[in-house]
Amino acid sequence: MSLDNFIKKHASNWMKEGKGEYSDIVISSRIRLARNIDNIPFPQLADQNQQKQVEKMVSETIDNKDHYRFLLMSSLSYEDRLTLVEKHLISPTLINESKYSGVWLNNEETVSIMINEEDHIRIQVVLPSLNLEEGLQVADEIDNLIESKLEYGFDEQKGYLTACPTNLGTGLRASVMVHLPALVLTKQINRVLTAVSQLGLAVRGIYGEGSESLGNILQISNQVTLGQSETEIIDNLRRVSKQIIDHELNSRKYLMEENKVALLDKVYRAYGILSNAYTITSKEALELLSYVKLGVDLELLDGINPHFFKELIVITRPGFLQKLYGQQLSSEVRDIKRAEVIREVLQKK
Amino acid sequence: MLCQECSKRQASVHFTKIVNGEKMELKLCEVCAKERGDLDLGHGEHFSFHKLLAGLLDIDELQVIGEKVIEKVTCKNCGLTEQVFVNSGRLGCSTCYETFGFKLNPLLKRIQGGTAHVGKVPVRAGGKIRIKREMQNLRDKLNLCIAKENFEQAAIIRDEIRQLEKETERGGS
Ligand SMILES: [Zn+2]
Ligand SMILES: [Zn+2]
Repeated sequence: MSLDNFIKKHASNWMKEGKGEYSDIVISSRIRLARNIDNIPFPQLADQNQQKQVEKMVSETIDNKDHYRFLLMSSLSYEDRLTLVEKHLISPTLINESKYSGVWLNNEETVSIMINEEDHIRIQVVLPSLNLEEGLQVADEIDNLIESKLEYGFDEQKGYLTACPTNLGTGLRASVMVHLPALVLTKQINRVLTAVSQLGLAVRGIYGEGSESLGNILQISNQVTLGQSETEIIDNLRRVSKQIIDHELNSRKYLMEENKVALLDKVYRAYGILSNAYTITSKEALELLSYVKLGVDLELLDGINPHFFKELIVITRPGFLQKLYGQQLSSEVRDIKRAEVIREVLQKK
Repeated sequence: MLCQECSKRQASVHFTKIVNGEKMELKLCEVCAKERGDLDLGHGEHFSFHKLLAGLLDIDELQVIGEKVIEKVTCKNCGLTEQVFVNSGRLGCSTCYETFGFKLNPLLKRIQGGTAHVGKVPVRAGGKIRIKREMQNLRDKLNLCIAKENFEQAAIIRDEIRQLEKETERGGS
């Protein structure tokens, strides 16, 4: 399969669609709702029968099965599960869960209904650009549908009852993934991050909890889930995100006006390495891709497919590379193949 | 021994992971382990949170004062014991929130800012909450009527309460 066809076949909607608010800076918006069936032990404590029962109960609530497919984790290879994480369709936690952990994925790959993750049910919606409202609306409708058939664990004071008390209340985790190279280059990023954490939001790297901020990509999400309504939560996140985006845009302007040589040097060196390297680690690739993306955004580089960044940050990940080449690859071989894929995408005019 | 991933460098890191309930051991070199760590997208933050929570839950003032073993609570729905809860900081089922509320509630104030849920309410629970509130309202009225010796009105309210009780018994929402 050619690389083009491979991308067409395996890219999710959020990786493809270029339009939408701040689509050059906001890579994706994500909504996640945690829900549990009343009285059945949470997945970690449930026995196999109970987990099987949960899988069956939730699966039976999925109405229009034509639009969804079910993937049972235990029937997938480790690489395939990894690929789902790299596409942000499932959480890293789901990979290692039990025999009856699985996910219902819609055909557009915008909706994932995870079963037997940390909670019985995790409804996730991922959309391109800054679009938390639509994400919440979609998640809400799915939630209503499931809830019309199942009794949730719910308490008047505590809200939705979750396996971990940090999700109590709305069970909502909303996040936006943003690309902030200019804030990093102008060394403003730490000040911004400190401010963000004081506003009740959390900042993490591209692959969630515990991961570092590779490629100048950060995920900003709400910390508090109790005492704020769903709308308040996404409203707050949206406002803060917008301010960060404005800072990023100002920093870009500053670089263009006051520091253009340094900027051009950064962008063209990155482009030079990526279009000539024969071996590259995922860390270096992400970092350099970030500056090429900045160059494309500022129209310093042209002739590059506008979706290249979102596609490449996923395709150059280990799980995806192995899928592309249809075999297990050692880390050395992966570095070589990664360089090959990047050269091919960047050379396309 | 050599790294199981690259077969080139010396293995120095042991990696354990659970796949399909089976424990898998991997011996990797530092380079590959780092890459794996990259893939496995650690649960680090969660882990430390649970440890922290567990640490806070473990302060048992009664025990310290009494210096004797006090009978511990167990969740009658999922069987989670107080000891396991206190050690792990994780709950076992939705009923656990009632069972261990006495330990958890003071901490929730710190974690979640001490406020009550104001967001979405599931339709089913919504009905129950509505009935619960209505019932409380009627009982207050009933008490007031009895206090005022307005027994005629009290009888009407009593019937309304009975009607509502019947509805909830039928599982009506
Ligand atoms: Zn190795
Ligand atoms: Zn329990």
